[in-house]
Amino acid sequence: MEQKSIFSVISPIMVGPSSSHTAGAVRLGLMAKNIYNNDFAKVKFILYNSFATTGFGHGTDKGLLAGVLGYGVDDISIKNIFSIVNNVEYSYEYMQDISRHPNSVDIIIDDKMTISGDSIGAGEIRINNINGFATDIDGSYDTLLLMYKDKPGMISMVSDIIQKRRVNIASLHCGRNSKGGTASMYLALDVPIGDDVVEIVKQIDDVFFVTNIRKLK
Amino acid sequence: MTILSFSELIERCKKENKRIYEIALEEEAFLQAETLDVIRIKTLETLLAMKDAIKDGLKSSEKSISNWCGDDCIKLQNKYKKTPALFGKIFEKITTYALATAEENLRMGRIVACPTAGSCGIVPSVIVAVAEEENISETEQINGLLTAGLVGLIVSNKVQLAGAVAGCQAECGVASAMAAAALTQMLGGNVDEILQATALALKNILGLTCDPVCGLVEVPCIKRNAFLAIHAVTASELALCGVESKIPLDEIVDTLKITGQLMSPLLKETSQGGLAKTKTALDLEKKLFNNKQ
Ligand code: SF4
Repeated sequence: MEQKSIFSVISPIMVGPSSSHTAGAVRLGLMAKNIYNNDFAKVKFILYNSFATTGFGHGTDKGLLAGVLGYGVDDISIKNIFSIVNNVEYSYEYMQDISRHPNSVDIIIDDKMTISGDSIGAGEIRINNINGFATDIDGSYDTLLLMYKDKPGMISMVSDIIQKRRVNIASLHCGRNSKGGTASMYLALDVPIGDDVVEIVKQIDDVFFVTNIRKLK
Repeated sequence: MTILSFSELIERCKKENKRIYEIALEEEAFLQAETLDVIRIKTLETLLAMKDAIKDGLKSSEKSISNWCGDDCIKLQNKYKKTPALFGKIFEKITTYALATAEENLRMGRIVACPTAGSCGIVPSVIVAVAEEENISETEQINGLLTAGLVGLIVSNKVQLAGAVAGCQAECGVASAMAAAALTQMLGGNVDEILQATALALKNILGLTCDPVCGLVEVPCIKRNAFLAIHAVTASELALCGVESKIPLDEIVDTLKITGQLMSPLLKETSQGGLAKTKTALDLEKKLFNNKQ
């Protein structure tokens, strides 16, 4: 079992009213922003289960939106986010699905990327799916995520590039939808890498998406 | 090294002749690759944020989204100005500080989740009130908070601290157990006494459901903070005179987890059962949604 911090139970410093439904929502939004890592004009949130039934009373809707716009969990303007936001079109849907975690959301940005995650309690979150690929990203590491056409040699090529920078890889996960189909890889890193590395990885043949995901503070 | 159980923690404290907060500091420093001092400063920042939330909450009577909560703390302060609490100044401070923080939370003000936002008033009210009245140093308050942190962490290694997963046992219940640990540390209890206080507090909230009215962290959450802060003091007093829980702490944590699994989903933060389904709650819900449209 991975060691957790005592600050997972005596933090975060945050605006209320709910660590799972407000702070967790802000952090899920922030992670989605970091994963998409680009400007966007439109965002849609699909809230599941307890997020759907009790979210409005906990400011889950405000939290998610404030997160994708880059507000931190302790920002007192989250309360008034609906009157602050402009230039971004936002919408919400509410669903029940018992196969999902009680506090769960899909964040769809610019109709291009769907990021799914759970708020697992005490403000902690997990991103468990990006565009159909299973992930397990909790925001505690800087992470390099790429999607590519499945083929041999990709792992060594990417890890080589990172090793040359003397950056330690804390963990590495791969998955694919079918042999020779689309694959994804994400690497948790001990220190952040520069965007220049992203550019280099992008040059690899058959890589069609790379993003440098900053960890959550 | 992850500490998975309280028996492991006790063993380690005994073997290394250390207190719980010392183990907490070492573990955290190792995890974050920082010095002990840096961790102490981070803990102090947390403590100061708790004190700010109390200060803000004591002054405000701003209502919540629903417009039916937010002025209980002011009422209580006014009452104490006229007639002191039966149990004295510390009781007054704990109850008002707990309400102040919990009300600040429902206004979407800034608080420290401890372990969650719904239960944010319990640990701070106990630490700060007792420190003020008993002249306990800042260093010792930090030690108390670190003790609470490690105790909460060990519970959270076994069960997710969310009402949606295990009911309010896992939120206000665990907060009360953490507060009992912090208080017993601050009052000079030894490792056994600290963990007995934790056990007693936790054992006596088993089964506590999460049934917030209209899905808001207001009813019963706000007042529950004051009740379970005082609950922590009872646990600490008992433990400090040598009272022991017949059921060991690790088994109590397992029971909390199993009880959470047995609990109907209707009583786990979905607002589909319990207080949330009373006639009055349903009336309030109707009013609330009508006002929203
Ligand atoms: S009743 Fe539910 S929402 Fe309220 S404090 Fe307890 S666990 Fe949190």
